[in-house]
Amino acid sequence: MDPVSTTANIIENSSHLGIAVIIPLIGALTVMTMKNNPNLREFISSASSVLLFCVVLSFIPDVKAGKILVYDVFQLLPGLSITLRADGFSMIFAMVASSLWMIAVFYSMGYMRAHQEHCQTRFNACFALAIFGAIGVALSDNLFTLYLFYEIVSVCTYPLVAHEQDKDGYSGARKYIIYLTTTAKMFLLPALILIYVLVGNLDFPTQMYTGMLPPDTKSWMVVMLYIFCILGFAKNGIMPLHHWLPGAMVAPTPVSALLHAVAVVKVGVFCTTRTMLYVFGVDTMSALNLGIPTAYFVGFTILMASVIALTKDNLKARLAYSTVSQLSYIILGVALLTPHGIEGGLIHIVNHAFAKITLFFCAGAIMIAAHKKLISEMSGLGRTMPFTFGAFAIASLSMIGAPPVAGFVTKWYLLVGAMEAHQIGILLILIASTVLNVGYFAPVTYKAFFGKRPASEEQGIKEAPLSMLIPILIAVTISVIIGIYPNFMMDFVKVVTG
Amino acid sequence: MEHLVINQGFPLLSFLIFFPLFGALVLLFKSGDTFARFWTLAITSLEAIFSLPLLFGFDIKSADFQFVELYSWVPQWGINYIVGLDGISILLVLLSTLIMPLCVLASWKYIQKRVGQFMFCLLIMQVSMVGLFVALDFILFWVFWEFMLIPMYLLIAIWGGPRKDYASIKFFIYTMAGSVFLLVAILALYLENNHSFYIPDMMWQNYSTTFQVLVFLAFFLAFAIKVPMFPLHTWLPAAHVEAPTAGSVILASVLLKMGTYGMLRFCIPITPEATLMLAPYILWLSIAGIIYGGFTALAQSDMKKLIAYSSVGHMGFVTLGIFVLNPNGVEGSIIQMINHGVTTGALFLCVGMIYERTHSRELSVAQGCGKFMPWYATFLGLFCLSSFGFPGTNSFIGEFMILAGTFEHSTFLALAAIPGAVLAAAYMLRMLQKLLYGTENNPDQSHLKDLSFREIAVLSPFALFVFWIGLGPQPFIDLIHVSVANLLENLETWQQAQNVAQVMLQ
Repeated sequence: MDPVSTTANIIENSSHLGIAVIIPLIGALTVMTMKNNPNLREFISSASSVLLFCVVLSFIPDVKAGKILVYDVFQLLPGLSITLRADGFSMIFAMVASSLWMIAVFYSMGYMRAHQEHCQTRFNACFALAIFGAIGVALSDNLFTLYLFYEIVSVCTYPLVAHEQDKDGYSGARKYIIYLTTTAKMFLLPALILIYVLVGNLDFPTQMYTGMLPPDTKSWMVVMLYIFCILGFAKNGIMPLHHWLPGAMVAPTPVSALLHAVAVVKVGVFCTTRTMLYVFGVDTMSALNLGIPTAYFVGFTILMASVIALTKDNLKARLAYSTVSQLSYIILGVALLTPHGIEGGLIHIVNHAFAKITLFFCAGAIMIAAHKKLISEMSGLGRTMPFTFGAFAIASLSMIGAPPVAGFVTKWYLLVGAMEAHQIGILLILIASTVLNVGYFAPVTYKAFFGKRPASEEQGIKEAPLSMLIPILIAVTISVIIGIYPNFMMDFVKVVTG
Repeated sequence: MEHLVINQGFPLLSFLIFFPLFGALVLLFKSGDTFARFWTLAITSLEAIFSLPLLFGFDIKSADFQFVELYSWVPQWGINYIVGLDGISILLVLLSTLIMPLCVLASWKYIQKRVGQFMFCLLIMQVSMVGLFVALDFILFWVFWEFMLIPMYLLIAIWGGPRKDYASIKFFIYTMAGSVFLLVAILALYLENNHSFYIPDMMWQNYSTTFQVLVFLAFFLAFAIKVPMFPLHTWLPAAHVEAPTAGSVILASVLLKMGTYGMLRFCIPITPEATLMLAPYILWLSIAGIIYGGFTALAQSDMKKLIAYSSVGHMGFVTLGIFVLNPNGVEGSIIQMINHGVTTGALFLCVGMIYERTHSRELSVAQGCGKFMPWYATFLGLFCLSSFGFPGTNSFIGEFMILAGTFEHSTFLALAAIPGAVLAAAYMLRMLQKLLYGTENNPDQSHLKDLSFREIAVLSPFALFVFWIGLGPQPFIDLIHVSVANLLENLETWQQAQNVAQVMLQ
């Protein structure tokens, strides 16, 4: 891209970017003041989610035309600023986060009320704050802004993870915050400052090829920074720094659904891939041969996490390990550094989000309707809860990567990408992982529909309440639609890869 | 006496030094607790307002001393009354004047016995704090340095906690020991400089190496005790724990800065060769302090001790920034001095507010109080985040600049300081977690009242500065930039001159 067209493509002062970020923040602050008025409180939550989605939609025409929207918020030091941008890459995540917030707000209303949870105001406020962080991450224009919102997500989700305030809740939340802040301080902070010292600013370039490091940077320095960045964003769930994720499953199911299938972990992979492509760049990564070793490194996580998932009888734990495994698909795709690989990785941010949120929603619905957490106790439940388990079945097809659900698109691109990169090993990892996915998802559906209900089973289990069922069906429908018609989201990905 | 911009018209600096003294003298003649409170609040507030013209009259493009006032004091010994302000001291003076009214407000209910005398001590403290940062004559500096010791000793010894005698005497002995070395260094410089105590004339001279090293060590010992640097820090936790809230705030916010201010003002320009020679050791000592402070803070169950040890770590960052001797590092450490004043001061106030309610500083007694004190929880959360350098708050800017400077100096050294940042997050989040959540069986805290309007008014200015420095630090950096650049340029010029001289000799 020549410099002239680069400047022509940037639209400065796009203040609606600021509005997008501020909506969830204002939503959260308003919610805090409405302790005594649950209806109004939840109206505010839903209204801000709808509003945010509309604002994000308004970026689409410009971004699809290949333009980049930029908005300066604060200038801290020369080269260090809080700046927002919307480009193809950020739109992938912004669309996902804002649309799923809408769905999740409705779902959690149903869940929290059915469960009569305590501290619902704090819950709603922190939920909105987490989205504030996620949207900020999606729309950040430089490494500092990315780091700022990444940390906001860490801190604001602590109260959600510790929501139950019992022994498990506290120990899970402690593990959560220790893993996330320690890695961020230990690795990201020095990486951030070193890059600032080397470059003089932290701004992402407008394309994913050159990266931002000066060409004369010593290669050991680049490699060190790269390792810092991969390990620093521990929300990406790469082994061995993934322990916080299963630990955080003590949270209420809507939290697990939105945060640990969508917002938190996606913030992690989004940040990782953003830095891989925009801080280091495809050219630098290929020149130093960083891509393929990364792909094999995360390939281990893909397989290992799937194997662990096989052993888990608790449905949420199985889903958690499935998340660990699936997140690495995204990083693997990008690490292949071929156009199809990158496209496959990035589109999986979307595909995994919709499928995984459906699965978690279903787990929550089963909890509320049948009070079951263990897979072994769900035999025959599918016949009493057909919609819930039907949605579960379709979403697990997406995880496995079967057509016509969204996951198939990912698998297709990843396999093509692996072939382009001439990596037989990666191909084998992908195939083995698909088999493992079938291994831990198929039995759940099979047992639910064809298993025999134990005779001692209590009576009176009904399908989940409508307020939970509707979000489930919407999420699973979107999963199918983006499987059949992937181009809407693929267009953003194509903007990224040019 | 070049590099001086003589003050014309109203003698602002002298007024700022002596106005609180006038206030204190009035307190001697008029008794009454309520009067003492309101009178001191009025005096310190007026002092804060009168210090603001400094900001508007200060020329940020000049590295000279400004607002200078010069009077002969004891001519036969060459002692003069010279005060002046430059970029290195202006923020510290403003910090001292702005923090005082808040300290008075914070002691409103906390201090119930001998109120008038307490307020008298506070005003005397104010005199010496402002005086110390603007003094340009060494005897004047030393007078203020010692002058400050007595009210601080009394604050701890009279209004302190159960172990106040131990703490106050330890504080006194440590600081006194440092002061003696300081006096020796001052006298040595006096003899070397034609019997003059005028500080700017002592800078950038060609003293012999041995002389420089000795003077540097004497300075350094005095200032390192004050900062306090590891391993000379042991008086600090004791003093903090026993001091009343206002005492802790003044101690943390202003008194500790006197040490780092001294290093910048005296060590570097007066003994440049020794500075360059000994800087590597001091850098590693700073790192040791950062890590040690972090680990020790992590192990505390007493909130005041926790914050006191965190000060050791934070001040380690400041000395680290000073002795990497580059613009980012030095500017970062001045900003970090202000940040530490704001954040740690605010944290001590927060602990004081809990102490007033539960009469204990133990984490386990106060745990779970956040549920019943939402305003308190909000402020405490903010200051804790600020303390461990959360991006967007003031300490992040300071640590960022210091670490950027350190990375320019040596990658390895900077990486060694990073665990300190991790530990800061660990102990601050631990404290925050305990206070806001606690465990599944907390003591009953439902009797605790949330912050009063007065308490919110005390904490709000701190919160304002947390965000102001965190999001828009440029105006603050502009104030100090030219003076710091000048200091480092002089150091470089001096170094080059030395190298040329060496080549000539060979």
